[in-house]
Amino acid sequence: MTSPQTITPDEAPVFYLTDEHAHPEGHSTPLGFWIYLMSDCLIFAILFAIYGVLGANYAAGPSPKDLFDLKLVALNTTMLLLSSITYGFAMLTMEKDRVGATQAWLAVTGLFGLAFLSIELYEFHHFIEIGATPQRSAFLSAFFTLVGTHGLHVTFGTIWLVTLMTQVARHGLIPANRRRLMCLSMFWHFLDVIWIGVFTFVYLMGMLR
Amino acid sequence: MSTDAHADHHAEPGHPHGSLRSYMTGFALSVILTAIPFWLVMSGLIESKQLTAFAVVASAVAQIIVHMIYFLHMNGRSEGGWTMMALVFTIIVVVIALAGSLWVMYHLNTNMMPSVHDMRQMP
Repeated sequence: MTSPQTITPDEAPVFYLTDEHAHPEGHSTPLGFWIYLMSDCLIFAILFAIYGVLGANYAAGPSPKDLFDLKLVALNTTMLLLSSITYGFAMLTMEKDRVGATQAWLAVTGLFGLAFLSIELYEFHHFIEIGATPQRSAFLSAFFTLVGTHGLHVTFGTIWLVTLMTQVARHGLIPANRRRLMCLSMFWHFLDVIWIGVFTFVYLMGMLR
Repeated sequence: MSTDAHADHHAEPGHPHGSLRSYMTGFALSVILTAIPFWLVMSGLIESKQLTAFAVVASAVAQIIVHMIYFLHMNGRSEGGWTMMALVFTIIVVVIALAGSLWVMYHLNTNMMPSVHDMRQMP
């Protein structure tokens, strides 16, 4: 620099924020949680890709047509869809500060979640009983991994739901609990979106094959 | 970024909420878009399997969009557009991963199909 004295310290440009402006607690949580959901989406994308590649490798074992019962899958889909709308009602009553109604809708959501898991476990148990275990063929390995991972997500979502119901019962609808309920809402609806992919590509397309 | 922009951002909650009306609309559309593919496959209404598959996939895509809008409240404005940005990025990665895997593995299967000679040596 030939003339360092042209810029006085007072006029020196500031390239960064000199002081941190106030962030309300948890204001970035929804975005952070959304990015987590997107990363979860990538896990499912990989599992869908595996199923797409290996889904026709039956190793002379059972094919989707031999195994899947679409009536059961339709019932399962109904359970998950109903749990999605009841969670929506829980969020609506939460915004109106009605603790009792929120808890009731959360409980209904949890019951639908449990119904979904029971039907899925019944289906898995039936498959394993007739010898269609994950070890039988690449198709079944991919099937159990994909559908099982979704089922695990629903399981943990249900555990999270019970945890939040306990939290709301103890502390009421405080801002922290509202934020947590909103994160679980995104998680729960996201699982329903994944299930659309599962019933379309695994069950319905499997029957068409 | 000006201080005004920050004030606006903080005044408006980052994540939008739905109304009873929007949830019910989403639910009704979801039920219809679930019923159509199940009905098509279970009744075998359309002879052509390709056409049925196309209708099933179209319903799924429509239903995913319905869920995104009415249940996950996606729009281009929430969080200053960053949720939409993350979603678009994820969709691009998912499409590359899915289409790439299926394309490569399909060609691998076709090109490495065992010939009659090889089949005889298999156990």
